[in-house]
Amino acid sequence: MNRVVAVLSRIGRLLPTYAVLYIGFLYLPILLLPLFSFNDSKVLGFPLTGFTTKWYVSLAEQTALFDALKNSLIVAVVSAVVATSLGTLISRAITKHRYPLRRTSQTIVMAPLVMPEIIIAISLLIVFLGIGIGTTLFTVILAHSLLTIPFCVSIMTSAFGQFDDALEEAAVDLGETSWGALRRVTLPVVSPGIISSLLISFTVSFDEFILAFFLSGNSPTLPVYIWSQVRFPAKLPNVIALGSLLILISILFLLVAERFRRRSERFTQQPE
Amino acid sequence: MDKNARLGLLLATPTTLYVLLLIAAPVAMTVAYSFWTQEFVDVSRDFTLSNYQEVFADPLYRTLIFRSVRIAAMVTLLTVLLAYPVAYHIAFNVKKNKAMWLFLVTIPFWTSYLLRVFSWKLILAQNGVVNSALLWLGVIDTPIDTLLYNSEAVVVTLAHAWAPFAILPIFVSLEKIDRSLLEAAKDLGEGPVRTFLRVTLPLSIPGIIGASMIIFIPTVGDYVTPALVGGSDGAMVANMIQVQFGKANNWPLGAALALSAVVCVTSAACLLVLGLKLIERSLK
Repeated sequence: MNRVVAVLSRIGRLLPTYAVLYIGFLYLPILLLPLFSFNDSKVLGFPLTGFTTKWYVSLAEQTALFDALKNSLIVAVVSAVVATSLGTLISRAITKHRYPLRRTSQTIVMAPLVMPEIIIAISLLIVFLGIGIGTTLFTVILAHSLLTIPFCVSIMTSAFGQFDDALEEAAVDLGETSWGALRRVTLPVVSPGIISSLLISFTVSFDEFILAFFLSGNSPTLPVYIWSQVRFPAKLPNVIALGSLLILISILFLLVAERFRRRSERFTQQPE
Repeated sequence: MDKNARLGLLLATPTTLYVLLLIAAPVAMTVAYSFWTQEFVDVSRDFTLSNYQEVFADPLYRTLIFRSVRIAAMVTLLTVLLAYPVAYHIAFNVKKNKAMWLFLVTIPFWTSYLLRVFSWKLILAQNGVVNSALLWLGVIDTPIDTLLYNSEAVVVTLAHAWAPFAILPIFVSLEKIDRSLLEAAKDLGEGPVRTFLRVTLPLSIPGIIGASMIIFIPTVGDYVTPALVGGSDGAMVANMIQVQFGKANNWPLGAALALSAVVCVTSAACLLVLGLKLIERSLK
């Protein structure tokens, strides 16, 4: 026991250093891609040979890439809107209403988060082919909305949970109908949460691979296109350049989403 | 039912139905498929257990399922062990800007999973980051060529990918701990380490359980990491399920394989939770 105490107290002092190193380690892979994307060699490895932007320039010639990009944008935008709308509805119910099976419905909508994606993918594949609608962008949209609903629900229950009910009651006292109060008071106050939810579900859908791999049929999304390219060594520098751009875009989206989430917190904070 | 409850039900129903329809119905179909058989191009709908017999009799499938569960368990253990101190640091040592720390932790998670895994190939390759660093430091003379394409590479890559899912729940459970309990332990003469072992750690076990479940269950079904860095020694059950649904065109067998994997994961997950609860009780 005394040995354990001695070891743990030594670890305690190293904690801040460890935390910084660990977070640095989390960034290692996503910093590596931009590094190699400017490297003047088809071989991905050290030593680096020289600086070039040619891999980015040649991206413009890949027409299949632009089709995949378009597919991904369609899927991500539509499923973000669907998931956020559905997520907002149930979040309002969970936070403001006492209805039968409330806990059960909450568990059900969070379930996609803890199911292995491969199981969701093959099950949906069986059903979509079974009922004859085949695999198209539409089926990817259905699957991606399913996958992103838990993210939207957790963002929106937090946004509604922090909302001060007195604001809505005041609006009704001042002569608004309850629908009017919802539209003109509640929704504007939680709107940063809605925007954050849209951006997060867009990001999740845009990056999602396994569901799209099984369900996109002849219209690959961007990750499915990338998957088809990583098998060819000659294509790799292009993939790395594309990947660096995607990482940059994801981070920009996240920063904006985080800004809105914070603004939502500030808007909805109740006085102590 | 009063107006409040009716409105709640009205608002909750579309989403709940959407998720139910897209999960329950497909999973039911998968269960049905697993009891059918593939006959050339058609599927015979006569009830049979032969797919399950094949899954459990064929050493290849058995190995894949057990390897997947073993890899997922190792990933869970490694991720929780490595992430706990970080969550602890953010909860207890960081005074301002906790939200910023947590945001920094989650950024890598939101960037393309496919590309992060691919990047691990570059890190572990023969002329990759690890070998270059070791050569430069003079630890080794020739590059190690066994870093990639085995189950250890899969474990390391996944332990990296799942880090935020360990840090966040553990942080939440640490943050919830009533600080006056720690004061009380101190007043009663406990040192910081014993306070940690007897107060903080037991109270954070729910967070550890949450993190373990979020990591363990989806990891068993991971496809990308074993396909990119696993090689034949690191292949997991999802890769075989994909083969059955693709090249081999034997959906019933693929369905039986998927469901057997789910049953194994669920039992293993229950054991994991039980074990952690026992630890919790023995610490208190």
